[in-house]
This record gives sequence, C-alpha cells and structure tokens, in this order.
Amino acid sequence: MARIGVFICHCGENIGSTVDCAAVAKAAGELPGVVHSVDYKYMCSDPGQSMIKDAIRTQKLTGVVVGACSPRMHEPTFRRACNEAGLNPFLCEMANLREHCSWVHEKLPDTTAKAIDLVRILVEKVKRNKPLSSIKVPVTKRALVLGGGIAGIQAALDIAGAGHEVVLVERSPSIGGHMAQLSETFPTLDCSQCILTPRMVEVAQHPNITLYTYSELESLEGFIGNFKATIRKRARGVDEKLCTGCGVCTQKCPNKKIPSEFNEHLGTRPAIYVPFPQAVPNKPVIDRDRCTYYSKGKCQVCAKMCPTKAIRYDQEDELITIDIGAVVAATGFTIKGTDFFPEYGYGQYPNVITGLQFERLASASGPTLGVIRRPSDNEIPENVVFIACAGSRDSAKRLSYCSKICCMYTAKHAMLYKHKVHEGRAHVFYMDIRAGGKMYDEFVRRAIEEDQVNYIRGRVSRVFERNGKMIVKGVDTLLNGQSIEIEADLVVLATAMTAQPDAEATAQRMKISYDADHFLSEAHPKLRPVEMNTAGIFVAGACQAPKDIPETVAQASAAASKVVGLFSRSELAREPVVATVNRTAPPLFSTCVGCFLCETACPYQAIERDDIRGRDGQLIRQVAKVNQGVCQGCGTCVALCRSKAIDLQGFTNEQVFAELLAV
Amino acid sequence: MSEFEPKIIAFVCNWCTYAGADLTGTSRIKYSSNVRIIRLPCTGRIDFMLILQAFGQGADGIIVSGCHPGDCHYTAGNYHARRRWMLFRRLMDFVGVDLRRVHFSWVSAAEGAKWAELVNQVVDEVRTLGPYKAFPQRFHENGFPVQLTVAN
Repeated sequence: MARIGVFICHCGENIGSTVDCAAVAKAAGELPGVVHSVDYKYMCSDPGQSMIKDAIRTQKLTGVVVGACSPRMHEPTFRRACNEAGLNPFLCEMANLREHCSWVHEKLPDTTAKAIDLVRILVEKVKRNKPLSSIKVPVTKRALVLGGGIAGIQAALDIAGAGHEVVLVERSPSIGGHMAQLSETFPTLDCSQCILTPRMVEVAQHPNITLYTYSELESLEGFIGNFKATIRKRARGVDEKLCTGCGVCTQKCPNKKIPSEFNEHLGTRPAIYVPFPQAVPNKPVIDRDRCTYYSKGKCQVCAKMCPTKAIRYDQEDELITIDIGAVVAATGFTIKGTDFFPEYGYGQYPNVITGLQFERLASASGPTLGVIRRPSDNEIPENVVFIACAGSRDSAKRLSYCSKICCMYTAKHAMLYKHKVHEGRAHVFYMDIRAGGKMYDEFVRRAIEEDQVNYIRGRVSRVFERNGKMIVKGVDTLLNGQSIEIEADLVVLATAMTAQPDAEATAQRMKISYDADHFLSEAHPKLRPVEMNTAGIFVAGACQAPKDIPETVAQASAAASKVVGLFSRSELAREPVVATVNRTAPPLFSTCVGCFLCETACPYQAIERDDIRGRDGQLIRQVAKVNQGVCQGCGTCVALCRSKAIDLQGFTNEQVFAELLAV
Repeated sequence: MSEFEPKIIAFVCNWCTYAGADLTGTSRIKYSSNVRIIRLPCTGRIDFMLILQAFGQGADGIIVSGCHPGDCHYTAGNYHARRRWMLFRRLMDFVGVDLRRVHFSWVSAAEGAKWAELVNQVVDEVRTLGPYKAFPQRFHENGFPVQLTVAN
C-alpha cells in the first residue's frame, strides 16, 4: 500500500500569488494513496526540507511529490533530502508548478486546477517508482580543451597545474586566439602580447599539456568521465619534429602576396607561413590552396632551402583518438563580415575598417608597425570616426544583444589614436556607454576628458565617399536630433561579436545546447554558468556570450575548477535512468523474443546479446541485455520493443501510462 | 455552459522542449492552461501506444515535441521519433484518428516563446474542432494496452 507525501511550495509569491497552494495541498490530500499533504512558503529552505524529512520518518512515507519549481532546478535538492531521511532518492518526484503553471498562466481557477492535475499525475507516477541505486562509472582524468584562445589557455594551464593531463586542440596554426591580435588592452593599456605570449609558451612547455594546433575535433563519443575524442590533425606539410622554426622557408617562399588572416587582411603572408612571430608552436604551415607546388606541381623552394629537410608535401591528415574525462569548450567568437554593413560601406571603401583591423594598425607588430595609417594610401588620418554598436543591439539586423566589449574598446581605440596622432581628431558615435567594470567608467571618462575624444550620442545612417573623404552622416540626439556630417579619413566600426560560423555544428558534435544566436547555452544562467546541460562538458569564453578578457579568464578558471573537482573522484555516481531487459522464470527466461530491433536502434551500442544456457551448457536462446555503464537512458529501445521486454528505469511503461491515466 | 475547453496532452523530451517550456516560465510568457506536460527523456522514448492511450483517456489534442534534428541529446532519438511518426500517422489515419488533433514539433531549450505559440495554436485549432468523443468510445471497447499492476 502506497503512503505518499505531497509538499506544495509557494515559492514566496512566485507560485502562491497565482495558484491557491492550500487548495492544491487539500485536493492532493484526498488522492488515493496520499497520507500526508501540506503547503509551505519555501520548500527548498532548511525548514521546508526538514518538513519533508520529518514526514518521511513519522508517516513512514513510501514516496514523495514536491509541487514546486522545475525538476531541472531543485530535483537534486529534494532527492538529497529524501535520502537523508532514509527514503530512496528515486522515490521522490517533482510537479512543476512554477515554470509550467504559475509563471505562464493568469490567476484563475483553471490555473489551480492545472496545478492539482500536475500533482495528481506525479502522485500516480511516484506510486510506481522503484528504489534505484546510482550507477558507478570510472573517471578518465584527462581533459580536452577545445580552442586555444585566452579562455582555452587559461583553462588548460589551471587543469594542468592541478596535476591532470590536458589535451589542447586549436584549429589555427598557433594558439593565442583573438587576444594575440590585440594591441593594448583596456582599462590598463597593458600590451596584449606582452601578457599573453608568456602564457602561450607556458602551455607549450607544460609537461601535462599535449598541444594539437592546426587540428579540429572530429567527433566526441561517450559520457561524463568516459568520453572518446577523435581529433583531426591536419597536415601542416612540415615535419614538426625536424623543423627548428628558423624561418628560412617563409622568407624564401616566392608567393608572398596572400592576405594575412592574423593581420585581418591588412598585411600579407607567404604560402608557407607562421601566423605571427610569437606563434606557438613556431612551426610553419603550408597553405595548400595557395601554394604553387600544389596548384602547378612546381616550385619546391621551401623544400630546397630547408636546412633540416622538414618539408613534407605528401603529409596527410592524421586522426587521433584519445580517452577523455571532461571537456572545456572554449571555441571563441568571430565578428560580423563585410556584407553586414552596406550602409557603412564596409567592404566597399578601404578606409572603413573593423575594430579588429584597427587593433592590427595600432599594434607594434602589425602591418604598419603601430603607426596608424589608413589602408587606401598609407597616410596618417587626421579625422577618425568610430561607430559603436555596428550591428549589435539592432533587431532589424537580427542581432538584438549587446556585444559588451565595444564601448570599452572604442574608448581605447580613440585614446590610442589620440596618443599616436596628437593633432588628430577622434569622434565616437554611440547609443549608450556601457562601462560597468572595475576602472571601466573611469577609463571612458579619461578618453572624453583628458584625451578630448568627441563623443556624439546618436546613430550613423550612412557612410559614403566624397572628394576622397569618407562622409559620415548621423544625428546628434542630444542636440534635438540635429543631423551632422563629419568628413573623416578613416571610419572604424565596432562590429558585433558573433558566434563562430560553425558553432552550431561544433555544438551538435558535442551534443550540447546552443541559443538562437548560436552561442552555447549554460546549464543555468545564474547558478551553473560554466556547465553545459550535458554532464562533463564545460564552457569558457566568448563562445557562450560576448565577454571581455577578465571575464573570459575568470570563466576559464571556473570551468577548470569544475574539471578538477570532477577529477578529484576516481568514480562517479550516475543517475540510474537506464534500460533493462526483463528476466522471468524458465522456460521463458525473458519476454524478449530476440528480434534485436533494440540493438539497431541504440545510439550507444549498449545492447548486448545474452546467451541463456541450460545446465548442460547448451544454448537455449539468445536475448537482449543492456550494458548499463554504456546506456544513457534515452528509451528509444523501449518504444521500439514489440514484446515490451525492455523498459526504462525511472520512466517505465507502467509509470508513464499511469501518469496518462491521471491526466 | 461556457466555451468548450480542450484537453491537450504534450509528450516532450527532457533536454529541449521541457527546458524550452521552463524558459517560457522564466520569461513569464503567458499561454493557455489547457496543456498537461508528460516529461520523457527523449522523443525516441515515445511509444505511440501512449498517443492512442491519451486519446482513449479523453484528450482532445496531442503535442509531441523534442529537439531539432541534429540537436538530440542522445544523438539520434528524435530521428527515430520522426521516422516512427511518419509511419504512425498513416496508421492513425487508418484507424480513424483525426490527424488535425496530433501535432509534432521541434522546440529547443532556447525557444520559450515558440512553446507558448505552439500551445496556443494547438489549443485554438482543437477548440474549433470541438470535443473528441468518437475515438475514446471505440478505444474503450478494446481495453488498455498496458495493465497497471500496482493498486491504489
């Protein structure tokens, strides 16, 4: 005989103001099998949890239903409370009265009626719950960090520093990411490379870190503690063991007019190249799409010149499979391209550039050696206009979010320009100035007050060319929307930060969620900001949302600490939501008929064939059996099974049909 | 007698649509209260007997919703569901289920607003169709597909 306890939470006003919680508790108390039903202001609080524990002990409850928030929020909390009171945690279920009821409906009798229905559905389910015990799985103490920007570098160093092995995979020929491209960083004007490159070197030299550059994640199988990652190490065309990084090949390569990706197409590079002088590893890559040898079959200058004979034209991609316990996704961001700003003339006029291009112009290692020169004629610009929110916060362009870093870097750019060109004039068109952060607002004030940057509150409608000048047409909303025109020599767009173009594919490869803008979705926006919904996968940096360097580093360290926490255990307890095949007395042994439809349906190859043998060892029949360490509990096999021999613990046929009968 | 209020049962997966419906709540988007959600790990878990049972139970409309193609937490559960659904539709049509009452959709964890829209749209459509009495009668003559063994 079931003895169910029902606990209805008001969640302060969140549920209580829309749903009549007392009425729900009263109605639940009258359901068959319910012996105890109460409501309380905050069930998740300490007194609330004590109420549940006391009731379990005094009422000898065999099951608990908590009508409160989403089980995705507090199911672990209440299951833990039940466990502490001696009730198997899997005999506790939650009815979602907040996210699925009080928050989405008006205060009407129907809403309370729905809440009662939701509780009744779960009461019928929990009556049929079976006590389960967690499944123990081993943990491989090796982490995969995907992306070698500052986020990935920080995460890799932290995990490696804690004594665990790290595999760092970077798509481009060198680690460093966008931070390596920056000139100076706000709000301290630290030289970006000066603070980054020592970290890059540390990564390369760390005994716990295996670095794969020019490589990509091909596939990720498995689950928390037990992933199997396949990495595609693309062919560099260079034997990394023999190459000393002397640079003769890059100097001698006759094909030098290729736009440099690192310099945002403002400079050039050869077909065999190292993206930038401080690259890690300092080993070149042959760009096969541009190398004359691959297109015409001739040249081979680099091979002839190489003192260590390290050039390998016939090198092929290599696939490397590694066992991994946890993954940190730090795949970074990109910025909006030329076709996105026809009104600003980007892509049409050479003197309309992006903020990232300006970084390269301002960088001492950039194409102009740190002198601000405009791309069209290499003249030093006298008037520079910076346009903030180029693309961001513009729902007409389907980018409603704020890119977060542009207010700060625009102030920095204007400041750097003024420091380098004293007599020059810098103008900034802005919507709002968002400078929340330590010393951030002070930094913007400094740009306006000390460096006399002309801040104009208003948007730009058009940028066009007239008599060799860029005409920026906009309004000043602080002057009653008066329209203004500025004759500029250079226009810098603070372009929107967006997810990587292949972010969706990357997320799908790792089976993690992403949002409408293709940024990765954390498990909870406030309480689980570095975890993904898929256990064992963590996130760091701008692949989750636009963020600046300090925030990225903080998040990377947070993700690393989560990984280290996971690795502090030698085995993990996994939810026992797995499939089982029934076993019955002879002569049937199981209702499984051995059709093995489940075997073909299972995405994890968790179905095995079990031989049932008589005492003489003779094979009687073969039935399905689930490898519970491999099964992830999707239940696809259950829905397929013709003889209902396979069932999913926690979501059994009996439970689900009972839920339906209670609707 | 007030206007007919349909009873809608939604079978959703835990990872996308259930989370999406949670987001609808967190975003405080209002929608019709006629829907009752049954949470399952994956749309691949949805045995189509559940749908017949739901109609037998007096549901006026059904929603089945999971992760978008390619986004399944379990790699391929939603593909199984989709394929099964394509076949089952014809069978349901054959046994006399009104297909306008069965809705299959993809709602991701980020699509809170889409979930509210979907529910409202299904409720409106089923409301104009009226109560569904024909199928439950026939269904009950043949009994339930699964016997419940635990007594109340």
